[in-house]
Amino acid sequence: MRFLRWIILLGVLGALAAWMVSAPRPLPDDALAGLTGDAARGKAVFDAGGCASCHAAEGAEGSARLVLSGGRAFASPFGTFHAPNISSDPQAGIGGWSARDLANAMMRGVSPEGAHYYPAFPYTSYTRATTQDVVDLHAYLATLPADATPNRLHDLGFPFNIRRTLGFWKWLYLDDSWIVDGDLTAQEERGRYLAEALGHCGECHTPRGPLGGLDTANWLAGAPNPSGRGTIPNITPGGLDWSAVDIAAYLETGFTPEYDSAGGHMAEVVQNFAQLTDADRQAVAAYLKRVAARP
Amino acid sequence: MNKGFAFLAGGLVALAMAGTAIGGSHEDKAAGAAQSAREAQMGLYAFNLGLLGDMAKGTVPYDAAAAQAAASNLAALTALDQSRLWPEGSDEMSIETRAKAEIWDNMDDFMTKGDDLMKAAAAMADVAGNGLEAVQGQIGAVGGACGACHKAYRAPEN
Repeated sequence: MRFLRWIILLGVLGALAAWMVSAPRPLPDDALAGLTGDAARGKAVFDAGGCASCHAAEGAEGSARLVLSGGRAFASPFGTFHAPNISSDPQAGIGGWSARDLANAMMRGVSPEGAHYYPAFPYTSYTRATTQDVVDLHAYLATLPADATPNRLHDLGFPFNIRRTLGFWKWLYLDDSWIVDGDLTAQEERGRYLAEALGHCGECHTPRGPLGGLDTANWLAGAPNPSGRGTIPNITPGGLDWSAVDIAAYLETGFTPEYDSAGGHMAEVVQNFAQLTDADRQAVAAYLKRVAARP
Repeated sequence: MNKGFAFLAGGLVALAMAGTAIGGSHEDKAAGAAQSAREAQMGLYAFNLGLLGDMAKGTVPYDAAAAQAAASNLAALTALDQSRLWPEGSDEMSIETRAKAEIWDNMDDFMTKGDDLMKAAAAMADVAGNGLEAVQGQIGAVGGACGACHKAYRAPEN
């Protein structure tokens, strides 16, 4: 009888601990204190972050890429995710969000209501962004058109449809430290920021473990294409022998050194990076030369 | 009588099957020829773009006459008539190619993207002889036009 009581007590304590570990962790209240947003700077954050690639409607081009109505579908082993509306519409989109709401979403993967987001939204990368960049992005997003398209629910099986379980996932995989460490030049640090934080290159170019966490020991070493066909290439110096000049030019024009051209999702990335400065593209190229070579 | 009818029916079926087979091989041949031509054309794009791109990157010194020649070639290539280049049955489901089936579902959009490339290449040909900065200023637009089509309509490499 006494034994049973102990079991129950341990069970309750375990459940309590699990509940605490899995709890969403928003930023401190004063995380954005003293910061004001600059929409013009926010546009560069928007382009580097590739927001339009997922949140604009499928096939949108030109000014339609600035209508962030959501709706693109992303297949994964866990189910299909649908990018939400992040237009400035206060009901259908995120027009009602404060800068802190956006910072919690991007840096902690937590919604304004305090629920976990699924990491199809690459907050695992955006968590490394500066708060100033998030505040600038917030100012820029407010300047974009409103759209009333309703959000589509993700199509996920049990137990992945229970958001609280993401708390454990985050406990394992949400880490805002840099992957490429050591003595970097200012240019390499800028490239690291663009690649590891905003550009979220690792989300596709790094292989994932069984739970969907990034295998950071093989950072940017290539991975199967989630679309099911082909592979995402290894872009470490062990897989990509392009010069820094070639890499920077590719990020502007999409042309490989053989003058093939980027397709699929990478064409979106090039479209976004083409909006950045030469210096930023060169910084990413310099960073890639510092990534640990993997075969 | 019955036997005669069966014989006739059998003969008709055989004829129909042969007709399909012959028709099929004609289509296969057209699809294969179109696929080869598409790759050849892309190869010629790359050959001419290569010089312009290398000049823009600074890995090859700018030469006005060579840049102009490459840009004029590219403009001519992108203006070639395409009406036999994309026959039905030459998509990735049917033959060894990376051309997605979506091309045939969205032929108007696909052709519009082709026109966009033609315009970007024509704009390059207008300025390529005017100096390195002109080439650097226009190479991104050409690349963007290539990418717009590849983004939507080219399947990943296997």
